[in-house]
Amino acid sequence: MLYPLLWMVSSSFKPNDEIFTSVSLLPDKITLDAYVRGWNGLSGGFGRLFFNSLLISVLAVIGNLVSCSLAAYAFTRLRFFGRDFWFALMLGTLIMPQHAVLIPQYVLFLKLGWVNTILPLVVPKFLAIDAFFIFLMVQFFRGLPRELDEAAIMDGCGPWRIYFKIILPLSGPVLATAAVFSFIWTWDDFFAPLIYLNDIQNYTVQLGLRSFVDSTAQSDWSALFAMSTLTVFPIFILFIAFQRLLIEGIATTGMKR
Amino acid sequence: MMGRGLAGSGFRRQVASYSFLIPWLIGFFALTVGPIATSIYLSFTDYGLMAPPQWIGMENYIRIASDDPRFWTAMNVTFTFVLLSVPLKLAFALAVAVALNKGLRGLAVFRAIFYLPSLLGGTVAIAFMWRQIFSRDGLLNRGLEYLFGYDGPGWVSSPSTALYTLVLLAIWQFGSSMIIFLAGLRQIPQDMYEAASIDGASRARQFFKITLPLLTPVIFFNAVIQTIDAFKAFTSAFVISGGDGGPIDSTLFYTLYLFQEAFVNLHIGYASALAWILVIIIAFFTALSFLSARYWVHYDD
Repeated sequence: MLYPLLWMVSSSFKPNDEIFTSVSLLPDKITLDAYVRGWNGLSGGFGRLFFNSLLISVLAVIGNLVSCSLAAYAFTRLRFFGRDFWFALMLGTLIMPQHAVLIPQYVLFLKLGWVNTILPLVVPKFLAIDAFFIFLMVQFFRGLPRELDEAAIMDGCGPWRIYFKIILPLSGPVLATAAVFSFIWTWDDFFAPLIYLNDIQNYTVQLGLRSFVDSTAQSDWSALFAMSTLTVFPIFILFIAFQRLLIEGIATTGMKR
Repeated sequence: MMGRGLAGSGFRRQVASYSFLIPWLIGFFALTVGPIATSIYLSFTDYGLMAPPQWIGMENYIRIASDDPRFWTAMNVTFTFVLLSVPLKLAFALAVAVALNKGLRGLAVFRAIFYLPSLLGGTVAIAFMWRQIFSRDGLLNRGLEYLFGYDGPGWVSSPSTALYTLVLLAIWQFGSSMIIFLAGLRQIPQDMYEAASIDGASRARQFFKITLPLLTPVIFFNAVIQTIDAFKAFTSAFVISGGDGGPIDSTLFYTLYLFQEAFVNLHIGYASALAWILVIIIAFFTALSFLSARYWVHYDD
């Protein structure tokens, strides 16, 4: 099961001539040369790409948490005209394939002059475009006792104060789940960066790794494996740290992946 | 009643409530409703980004159906992939979940180990690693040579096998389905099995008469999710084929063809029509699974 993964990691510590001559996982001698060659393999180096990926992923997390929690709060705790109508439409977007909007979104961002910037990757997250996270938070907010809101209204609190002082402080678990999943999904995303980012200095690690694979013409295997290992390393760390959260998130919501 | 709720102090409440929805409403209209309408319109035009869209009626759709061999190749590849990978992945996930559920020690550890591939599986790194395993000089052929003295072909570079390496990669990511199955298995009351054992029902009979029927809602749910995901698969085919769906279009997933038409060849109008066909196919399968559910899914009374 894990053999391919372990093979990838162990190959990154082997010299090139050893990778395909032995199927053993333990290198004869461990060398970090591949990491040095790989890191400097792309013009500008991988450091820049890690910074880009980190920036985009962190902004996506913030955007999703802010915008989706606002919408979920309105859908679950407030009564207003048209609420059920909007809620039904939101559920509709949940099952709508991205391909229906992909091309016009691209044309729109192109006309706005946003192509080759991180804006198309980040701004939509601040507009609650990932309906899945709204749904996740709606499920959680519904479980919070209504008496809390009612008591706060008695004390003269408006909806914004209730949102900040009562709902958000109680929502640690669901915010953490949403944060971890949106970080991982944004970090792993290949398609959106592929169509929106053109210059190598704007690349994410996924794009960078792909052009590294193409440009080394498949000769420096260990450097490729070293950079492959590095690009999944942050995900691996999050997996170790939030394993329970991730598995419960999948078991209870049926989240993909 | 509704009228009174809107009047007077109610109006301020409406405004306050809607202030929470503003980001979502902007996104909904600017990034969902608007693009859907535009995309339907563009699918009836000839548009290449440079000149304004030219209305050509049904011509894109007619050309796709009657005069586009690559479209049919992409359909063929995608359906083969979906029909092979989804059932195999689900069968595998269910088998492992049932085995793990038999009170094995260290369940949490196994669960985590099996889950890791589905968390990482969609990345460029894993697709690249997969390509190395199945390449001419790759790990698989080294192993075959070492064990059997068999000199294998380049699995990813041969048109007859490339797609199957992608099917294997999809099956390898069975972990998230397995976790959902495990959660479902835990809902089945243990006393049903005890009663069945007392009546002398074999393990196999228990599986087919108790586990499988009671698990059908979960199987159905997993099948829908995995089918939709399989239709959308992109990164692994892109990386493994080097971006063109090769060799000889043998891994030309529908999404890959769509990508090439839209963002490489800039046939925006034509690609919009291609996109809508994919959307309709996915919607059709989603609806089909929901409609068929009533015939074979047993929900609790």
